[in-house]
Amino acid sequence: MKVNFELNGKRVETDVEPRMTLADCIRDHLRQTGTHLACEHGVCGACTVLVNGEAVRSCLILAVQAQDERVLTVEGLSREEALTPLQSAFRKHHALQCGFCTPGFITTAHALLTEEPEADEDRIREVLSGNLCRCTGYLPIIEAVLEARSAYTHKDDK
Amino acid sequence: MKLAAFDYASPATIEEAVALLASRSGNAKIISGGQSLVPMLAFRLAAPELLVDLKQLQGLNRIDIAEDGVRLGAKVRWCEIERNERLKGAHPLLVEAIRHVAHYQIRNRGTVGGSLAHADPAAEMPGIAITSEAELMIVGSKGKRIDKASDFFKGSLSTSLAPDEILTEIKLPPWLVGRRWAFLEFALRRGDFAIAGVALYYDMVGGNIADIHIGAIGVGDRPLRLHAVEAVLNGRKLDDVAIEDAAKAARESIDPPSDIHAPAEYRRALLTTLLARALRQSAV
Repeated sequence: MKVNFELNGKRVETDVEPRMTLADCIRDHLRQTGTHLACEHGVCGACTVLVNGEAVRSCLILAVQAQDERVLTVEGLSREEALTPLQSAFRKHHALQCGFCTPGFITTAHALLTEEPEADEDRIREVLSGNLCRCTGYLPIIEAVLEARSAYTHKDDK
Repeated sequence: MKLAAFDYASPATIEEAVALLASRSGNAKIISGGQSLVPMLAFRLAAPELLVDLKQLQGLNRIDIAEDGVRLGAKVRWCEIERNERLKGAHPLLVEAIRHVAHYQIRNRGTVGGSLAHADPAAEMPGIAITSEAELMIVGSKGKRIDKASDFFKGSLSTSLAPDEILTEIKLPPWLVGRRWAFLEFALRRGDFAIAGVALYYDMVGGNIADIHIGAIGVGDRPLRLHAVEAVLNGRKLDDVAIEDAAKAARESIDPPSDIHAPAEYRRALLTTLLARALRQSAV
């Protein structure tokens, strides 16, 4: 089946089997491999992408269900020239080690802070509870997201 | 963890959707948010021939608050319940229960109708439907019908829905002003399925409990209404003795399953503890 949607600001079209998840479509067909796949059944959060601005698990959406939607992956959240405030905060706080889960944390935190730039620590913890990280113990990630809030309050990041 | 092959259709009307379901005599499934179904497909616990996506259907995502109760369209997502300011007053028990559903990303996709039709015995929405005597609106080849929640849930992942039927709406009875309520569940991690949970509400008449409704999740093959416990509490003052009697009745009226998450005796003890806490919390 043909599927046509917006990926990181560009219109894309590809031919998929209905059973292909959006995650596999993004990685294998569209070669955007920043989105990581771990559990493939909606538990770990590594594959989180934004669909129409909302964080969702791309392993639990069929590619055909993304028809006409606006999909943003971790690639769409980076800049050529420098790290984004969220990326800088992750670096500063050592909020990653192996980095496998990081795309999911970045996309989830971006969705949260875009909608709720004033999110307090409890809210950040609640939202990030949908993402697993086996390296950091989570505290550095929470510190990084707390620090990145100011960039979203000032709306200088998209 | 790759899904078995299936056909996919995204009809524009509910009549078309019903006809598509009917065309595969039991081998078609509805997909909407897919937050329960896609994991089932990934594990190949389900392998339908056809998925009928409700994506294009109009009018199934309304939240209506009226004198005769709260109506939620089948496509209403958890995040929409969370964000709806009016629902906080119109049905606080529903809003509190839905706060416990899964995680942030899943709440952005998962739907009311999907959770009810999936019928996981530990899920919150079926628990609220049973506790509050909700009505479910269903459309199929033979037309429309209304089912009571107590008739809808038939067992674990099993409902009264025929293969060609679609759940379109749930209606919760009106919420009375001053009503007392509580919702508590216990899971090992935030967002996981509850090992056990309890929902309850009642009104106060002359200082005594009246018309109490108590539901339990995670302790049977479907969400349960604890009528025996209600009978112990109705007409009484909510004091320590009443709570102790209620806990005893709860312990005797459930027969929970044992699985890798918890043995039956643990679930029984947990539900009893949650019930006592919920009753105390409701009185504050």
